Amino acid sequence: MYRLKYAAGGLVKYVSLLFGAFVALVPIVVVFFASFKTNKEYSGTSPLTPPENWLNFANYSKAFINGKMLLGFGNTIIILVVSIVGATLIGSMIAYVLNRFKFRGNKLLMGAFLLATLIPSVTTQVATFRIINFFHLVDTRFAPILLYLGTDIIAVYIFIQFLNSISESLDESAMLDGASYFTIFWRIILPLLAPAIVTVIIVKGVGVYNDFYTPFLYMPSEDLQVISTALFKFKGPYGSQWEVICAGIMITIVPILIAFLSLQKYIYNGFAQGSVK
Amino acid sequence: MVFKNLSYKAQRKIIIISFSLIPVVLLFTLAYLPVFNMFKYSFTNWNGYSKSFDYVGFDNYKTIFTDPKYFSVFKVSLYYFAASFVQMAIALYFATILSFNVKFKNFFKGVLFFPYLLNGVAIGFIFLFFFRPDGTLDTILRAVGLGDFIQGWLLNPKIINVSLAGAAIWRYMGFNFIIFLGAISSIGKDIYEAAEIDGANRWHQFRHIILPSIKQIVQLNLILAISGAISAFDIPYIMTGGSNGSNTFVIQTVTTAFKYNKLGLASAMAVVLLFIVIIATMLQRLLIKEDK
Repeated sequence: MYRLKYAAGGLVKYVSLLFGAFVALVPIVVVFFASFKTNKEYSGTSPLTPPENWLNFANYSKAFINGKMLLGFGNTIIILVVSIVGATLIGSMIAYVLNRFKFRGNKLLMGAFLLATLIPSVTTQVATFRIINFFHLVDTRFAPILLYLGTDIIAVYIFIQFLNSISESLDESAMLDGASYFTIFWRIILPLLAPAIVTVIIVKGVGVYNDFYTPFLYMPSEDLQVISTALFKFKGPYGSQWEVICAGIMITIVPILIAFLSLQKYIYNGFAQGSVK
Repeated sequence: MVFKNLSYKAQRKIIIISFSLIPVVLLFTLAYLPVFNMFKYSFTNWNGYSKSFDYVGFDNYKTIFTDPKYFSVFKVSLYYFAASFVQMAIALYFATILSFNVKFKNFFKGVLFFPYLLNGVAIGFIFLFFFRPDGTLDTILRAVGLGDFIQGWLLNPKIINVSLAGAAIWRYMGFNFIIFLGAISSIGKDIYEAAEIDGANRWHQFRHIILPSIKQIVQLNLILAISGAISAFDIPYIMTGGSNGSNTFVIQTVTTAFKYNKLGLASAMAVVLLFIVIIATMLQRLLIKEDK
């Protein structure tokens, strides 16, 4: 009897897992199918039917060239790299100062950084836009870069937490050897922060790659389109050519899929640590 | 090196000032100044570009809470809020089963989490495709004999927010799932073993071991859900542009500010939004403190 109940439990478990996997995958798989279909084939077959020719890349080349996806990838990569390097440097610097030096205003400054994590940046865009505009940075790559550096304080938070677990006796023994504070930061603290840096790279990287709101609002020029705004432009002109839109969608998914498959372990850990405030 | 020869006291001063200068300037100009300005603009009728504007007191706030055009968008948030409970229940369920022995564990884990990594625009398009008349969903429903339930998923104002909230669940479930899974995995194996010896079944283990030890994380995610629900933007904006009754608070704020150039009114809306999020966060801090 007990064994029967156990087997039934196992069945429910696997059925629900398979159903979950089905729901997660089907919306993507049908897009994948459609991306290889010709226009005629697309309108004549059900979305669940696989394409006749798996090597029909016509939609991909159309989407890639007409949608200027290369430009989108280029801009995304520039913004991504500068923001991540900047956020890592700025975040670790301020975290080092706040964690290792006791000075007047330290607590206040720490509070200011923590309080800022509560402000959802989506709410303040109305006023932030005026400030970026004041510096004549609207429609330049500096607008999103500055916003990713200045308003996303999560990196500071992760570094401060991690620094708590790095013993201060390391700093002290380096000082006995005559190392300057700068050397201690650059040679000891920064390398030891490596796991936290990986977390920041992943959390910020996914955030920047997927962000639509900021580039859409701040960089209307076509020359400055990033991957998400490039894809968004497909909506008008290709409204009746879903097979081309589907190819465009797949082009944005493939890099993420490759990154996910090769960095799985780090990605899971990154989100697990980055979110536990 | 000149810096190295300075006394530690002098070095300390230089390091503190030089290392905090850029972060502090960025923090104040891009995080605090906008909040301050937003409050100021919310009491004006500024259009966002002219040189002069008048102070209008609480008029903008009155408009938000009395004009149904602005007030009704709060109702749409309720759909997303309800959806986040569904999302968390699903995430908790899958996290619990995958924390025990399961075949193809990594495959299921990866598949359930992957949608969270996708681009918002890609997800918007994927679901436009999914919900199209005679699209994926309709085809599947027909195939399993549920053809009678077919709706104008994105055309019927009564259904549209359910469809959009469904897409939001699909997108964000993986995030909650991976966080819950991480929390559950950190529970020691010996506790389960001890419980099994005492005759506890899986439900008992869930109820008395798993749930209490991840309670805080569930609470935190619930609070994030409140702010997430009220700041829903990407999916509805990309999929419908806010038409057919799917307008959310943030879409409304953005169009009021940038399309209709009513920056004063839009600022007041943003202030209301900020207050809701802050109250929700403080509520959570209070709840967690009481537990301790």
